[in-house]
Amino acid sequence: MSTNHGSTKVATEPVVSIEALEFRYREGDFRLGILELAIERDATVAFIGPSGSGKTTLLNLIAGIALPQSGRVVTEGVEVTSLSDSERRDFRIARVGLVFQEFELLEYLSVLDNILLPYRINASLRLDREVRGRARELAERVDIADKLDRYPGKLSQGERQRAAVCRAVLTEPSLLLADEPTGNLDPVNKWRVLDILFDYAERTDTTLVAVTHDQEILDRFQRVVDFSQFHEYGDVRPAEHGELVGAGQ
Amino acid sequence: MTQVFYVAWRYLAYHRWKTITLVGAITLIVYLPIGLRVLVDQSSRQLTARADATPLLIGAKGSPLELVLNTLYFGSDHPAPTRYAEAMRVTESGLSATIPMYVRFRARGHPIVGTTLDYFDFRGLEVADGRNLAMLGECVLGSRAAESLGAGPGDYVVSSSESVFDIAGVYPLKMRVVGVLEFADSADDDAIFVDVKTAWVIQGLVHGHQDLNRPEAAAGVLGREGNRVIANASVVQYNEITEENLESFHFHGDLSNYPLTAVLVVPPDQRASALLQGRYQSDEDLAQIVTPVAVMEDLLGTILTVERFVVAGAVIVGLATLATAALVFLLSLRLRRRERLTLFKIGGSRLAVASVMASEVVVVLASGALLAAGLTLLTSQFGSLAIRALLRT
Repeated sequence: MSTNHGSTKVATEPVVSIEALEFRYREGDFRLGILELAIERDATVAFIGPSGSGKTTLLNLIAGIALPQSGRVVTEGVEVTSLSDSERRDFRIARVGLVFQEFELLEYLSVLDNILLPYRINASLRLDREVRGRARELAERVDIADKLDRYPGKLSQGERQRAAVCRAVLTEPSLLLADEPTGNLDPVNKWRVLDILFDYAERTDTTLVAVTHDQEILDRFQRVVDFSQFHEYGDVRPAEHGELVGAGQ
Repeated sequence: MTQVFYVAWRYLAYHRWKTITLVGAITLIVYLPIGLRVLVDQSSRQLTARADATPLLIGAKGSPLELVLNTLYFGSDHPAPTRYAEAMRVTESGLSATIPMYVRFRARGHPIVGTTLDYFDFRGLEVADGRNLAMLGECVLGSRAAESLGAGPGDYVVSSSESVFDIAGVYPLKMRVVGVLEFADSADDDAIFVDVKTAWVIQGLVHGHQDLNRPEAAAGVLGREGNRVIANASVVQYNEITEENLESFHFHGDLSNYPLTAVLVVPPDQRASALLQGRYQSDEDLAQIVTPVAVMEDLLGTILTVERFVVAGAVIVGLATLATAALVFLLSLRLRRRERLTLFKIGGSRLAVASVMASEVVVVLASGALLAAGLTLLTSQFGSLAIRALLRT
């Protein structure tokens, strides 16, 4: 099921396009089958569904972190599934920003170093004065500028997630993938982090795809994709599945 | 690569106690066998060099090692005393020149070496400042002793009491410093040299006191029997030898019975040496003659055996420590699986992620090796001092 919520943006070419995707982990009987799925450029999309339905897996497939056994994933016009490891990594650095439920900040780096981390571990990115300035600007925008020298362990949950968002957007990605970004936050911080993500997406024409279990925040998204039905779709005819693609848009 | 090193460095700095422990363990693993080797090499060289330059020693029967260590390195464990007669016996035989040695007393931890001017010639010791011994009660300082005591010509050094509880024992003697020796890089640098008679003064065998024939001493005189005067403790004993009271210092008893810790024997040739050694083979003789180099080689043999055991132990402990360190790293890798996954997800290549972890290992190993190298350098520079201090105690 796919429904439309909130204000609608002008739909253009899909930023993500998935066809006949089949994915299994090496161990276990998990299986994700998607016959067809498209996400429009500049859209804000929520993936919902029960745990284990493949929401995070799909984010990983879109980002090129995982590879399907069969099918095509085209992200930003690039067929991710045909790229080599290093090409997918370069693609990810250039186009995709990732926000995680557990923030995934490194405890031994200061907040500033955590934000700059993509530049520290990628030889293809150059860490210069301009990047540092941008990191500070982002930190100011999310109200953690005075905590840049602290370690993540000294920050509140909300501050940690805001730092993680800064890290995700520092490379100026055109696609922001957030895996339960508000899952560990209290109500105040939940809305604050959401505001930051939506504000960034709006301001920079970035496509935002977020996995969530939180029904309260669904209204903020233009589109909601319910994964509870995807398991079944893996075994049904493409046409039947295809009917769902873009539904409600 | 610099950025990868930075991330690795931050990890190590954040977990500083873990890092310090690992670096310390690596340092010890590397340093122990190498440092010990350097120390043993140095001690071998030092012990052999000074012993090589000392042909024969005569001393009371007992531990040859104690005799050699006391005479060559002025160790604090002094051997049983021999008699001055032994020096006279050798000299009278015409087989060799002798140098009496009496190394029993100390002044603020420095050995007081009672000897004769021949010792300075024998060891090639030169006076750098002041002059050599000329009068009873004077002393010449080794260069390190002068530095440590903060004394030079014109100053005074006071000998230490052997025991504060022995009120009838050795009294401190105030000795005038007349010279400081040039640095010799040997045990002589730490010594305070006095004439052997001055050492006997310290022991009280030679003493000076108030003239008992003068009226001011009358109260202390208990009685007179011919030339013999019996006095009580109120008679003033001199604890400093000056030009004014020098004449009052006198010997009691037979000089040949005066104590020495050793007699340094310098035979002119192998024949004289062999003849002298032959004369001290009797079981009834109260003195022994030893060849210092042979005694030191025995000691070195023991040291080398101990060193081999210690090195073998250090290697085993080192291997166990390395295995533990490797385990710590492996466990750390497992614990940091999520961190690696995050680095990979945000764009780090597998090589870059591995480089961060590998850099941590490299930094720890390199720091440990560098510290070990530094310690080894320090050992090679100052190990000789440690050996000398060890030999003195």
